[in-house]
Amino acid sequence: MTDKAGNGAGTFAFTPENRAKADAVIAKYPAGCQASAVLPLLDLAQRQNGGWISQAVMEHVAGLLDMASIRVYEVATFYTMLNLEPVGRYHVQLCRTTPCWLRGSDALRDACRDELGVGLGDTTEDGLFTLTEVECLGACVNAPMVQINDDFYEDLDPARMKEILRACKAGDPPSPGPQTGRQTSAPSSGPTTLTEL
Amino acid sequence: MTTLTIDGAEITVEPGSTVMQACVQAGKEIPHFCYHDRLSIAGNCRMCLVEMERSPKPIASCAMPAADGMVIRTDTEQVKKAREGVMEFLLINHPLDCPICDQGGECDLQDQAMAYGRHFSRFDEGKRAVRDKDVGPLIETIMTRCIHCTRCIRFADEIAGVEEFGAVFRGEHMEIGTYVEKAVSSELSGNMIDLCPVGALTSKPYAFVARSWELHTTETVDVLDAVGSNIRVDARGTEVLRVVPRLHDEINEEWLSDKSRFAYDGLRRRRLDRCYVRRNGALEAASWAEAFDAISSAAKGLKGDQIAALAGDMADCEAMTALADLMGVLGSPHLDCRQDGAKLDPTSRASYLFNSTIAGIEEADAILLIGTNPRWEASLVNARIRKRWRRGGLKVGVIGPQVDLTYPYHHLGDGPESLATLAKGGHAFADVLKMAERPMLIVGQGALARPDGAAVLAHARAVADASGMVSDGWNGFNVLHSAAARVGGLDLGFVPGEGGRDTAAICEGACEGSIRLLYLLGADELGLARPEDCFVVYQGHHGDAGARIADVILPGAAYTEKHGTYVNLEGRPQRAYPATAPLGEAREDWRILRALSAHLGKPLAYDTLDELRARMVERAPALAAIDEITPAPWGDFGTDGAVDEASFASPIGDFYLTDPITRASATMAECSAAFVSAAEEARADG
Repeated sequence: MTDKAGNGAGTFAFTPENRAKADAVIAKYPAGCQASAVLPLLDLAQRQNGGWISQAVMEHVAGLLDMASIRVYEVATFYTMLNLEPVGRYHVQLCRTTPCWLRGSDALRDACRDELGVGLGDTTEDGLFTLTEVECLGACVNAPMVQINDDFYEDLDPARMKEILRACKAGDPPSPGPQTGRQTSAPSSGPTTLTEL
Repeated sequence: MTTLTIDGAEITVEPGSTVMQACVQAGKEIPHFCYHDRLSIAGNCRMCLVEMERSPKPIASCAMPAADGMVIRTDTEQVKKAREGVMEFLLINHPLDCPICDQGGECDLQDQAMAYGRHFSRFDEGKRAVRDKDVGPLIETIMTRCIHCTRCIRFADEIAGVEEFGAVFRGEHMEIGTYVEKAVSSELSGNMIDLCPVGALTSKPYAFVARSWELHTTETVDVLDAVGSNIRVDARGTEVLRVVPRLHDEINEEWLSDKSRFAYDGLRRRRLDRCYVRRNGALEAASWAEAFDAISSAAKGLKGDQIAALAGDMADCEAMTALADLMGVLGSPHLDCRQDGAKLDPTSRASYLFNSTIAGIEEADAILLIGTNPRWEASLVNARIRKRWRRGGLKVGVIGPQVDLTYPYHHLGDGPESLATLAKGGHAFADVLKMAERPMLIVGQGALARPDGAAVLAHARAVADASGMVSDGWNGFNVLHSAAARVGGLDLGFVPGEGGRDTAAICEGACEGSIRLLYLLGADELGLARPEDCFVVYQGHHGDAGARIADVILPGAAYTEKHGTYVNLEGRPQRAYPATAPLGEAREDWRILRALSAHLGKPLAYDTLDELRARMVERAPALAAIDEITPAPWGDFGTDGAVDEASFASPIGDFYLTDPITRASATMAECSAAFVSAAEEARADG
């Protein structure tokens, strides 16, 4: 993993607040089984570390859980939601699986590329955006959709996609969810039952 | 007992067996890659699929417990089809580069593809390629060939005790790798080469050297430590091309330490292949007759009391018998096989054996290590202790150097005073030993090869007695040797006779002139400068420390070149056989001594190996039972006395460079630089 540029750099330790959260997670598991806490701890550490897992992060988590570093590395490489390289402040994850693809995810991809000027897997020069393609995020009813950091933006079209990216760039991300005024995942033409609700 | 039906025949197996074990017991061959009977079950290669009644799909037999009434079929069309399918999947990303692969000819995948695969593939897409990893000077990796059986990962975790290998990324992108790219820091790493069922991990020193079918094999034993690992030496012509382990459940199981496996290139370098005689201060090549003449003229007129002999760490029992007899007819009582000066007591066999036996470690429930680093002194003994520890319920205490032994231990102290405290019951671990059902202690040479060694031995004995280590059918008192010749030498009585000098006194005598003729049989670890007034004869196979101080050099045979008997640390005599002929004019060692005795006019009373071995057994009856351990009676030994304050230190400073063969080996030098020097630098920096 030394081939990953910058991965070996830096040091890492949980902040006192995160350390307390980590301890609470570890305490959920029986003594001697603390390694089970590796996923929540990696998630916590990724959030603290600006959205990615560095070598220092893995070593800190391994030390905390009394695991070999390679065991943490195995977990970190297995899950795609753990980033092993630095990402921008907004991590744009484009869903490209069949329902989104049928509903126009290719056009969203092109819109993102045009707007951000980067290709898939790249980060913009200002460090604001990272664009990646992912497999199904489980919001097929509202296809096509993207995930930006923790939020789902659904029922998108290229124009709205660009607007969202511009808003993010301006530091004011719009509220997540369906972008067409649709109520969550109700029929797109409006509710057909419980209309009085 | 569990009874099940396999291919129509009923079979009864031990409870807890797997379906695969039952099939093998029934004489059915089940192809497999990931399953290995000394590793945990992974069940990920899917090659061992068999059909089970009432199961809609085939089952992985390696991971399925055998149960009463199961009906298993291994010979149906479905099983055949399943195996063909699995094989086709395994070969999707496996390069078909057998002609340039070192595993070719001894490859599980190649063999099983021939036996169980289809003769074609339906896969037209591009195969994936995986970047090779650098895991050190011993293992060559061609990771594209890896089929992800994970045997190497499991071996590193479970047997070697170094959690360094892992499966990173997932699915189609899965790779075997390490965390940060580094050499795998285990003294047992070479075993991964044997375990790898394909050509992903192969031997770096052996890369592109030979094909398996060109080699002639010799089953013999290893002498680079005192474990007596069973090995197979593969040679072509006059060259040893590789060493691999042989199965011996009571000694090395199927593992081998890296030193024993990779030091063989030392057998080609710095060898003595002719006689040398020192003339005008310089060693000059000479004939056997000239060399013998030089010795007999040096011996002329000397009294027996002025002659001495020392045997080295790799001397075979035959040569030691002949040399001891020769010293006898020359009238010298000065002989010793303990060139490290260990205060071992030759009169009581139980005092210098590993009495519990290596397999016996698995029965122990508390172990006290005294002045030893078994990981370096006897790697496979350490692997056995780790195996026992993994089963749970083992407590280990250490008095001596604190090193990573691959299992946790209580550190009780550094030196003899901690041992004395423990002997008096003044430490909590004394109670652990007392409470244990099968307690054992292991004393290393680091605790005995020091001036107060005899007192340390007495203290160790006191601990053994106080904690009830010796009882019916169990002797928990163990001495850990690091030299293959030591137990044999002690058994044969290659120790000072009446009024004889021991190693230190012989060296002193040689320097001050009271010893005028010193015969070194492969003794290279003395740290002796060339004595002025003493004629030194060195008989051995490498131009090392002993040859440098010699006046006459007689070229002997290395362990792969002679018939020999070696007694391992348990007291188990084993035979070594020649894989190649001795180099150049070199001869088997006992023949040299026999010829020299005739030249000195005092011929030894044996002309053949059989006659010599009869004499050997006369000297040491325990050597008659090959590959059997003759239990030694518990007797009196050790001398009470004061102990020093100095801490115990392991006698081995560098695992990879311990004897003339390893010091001549380029591979071992690389390992030393990669592992030992690197670790020392890291410590110095840290």
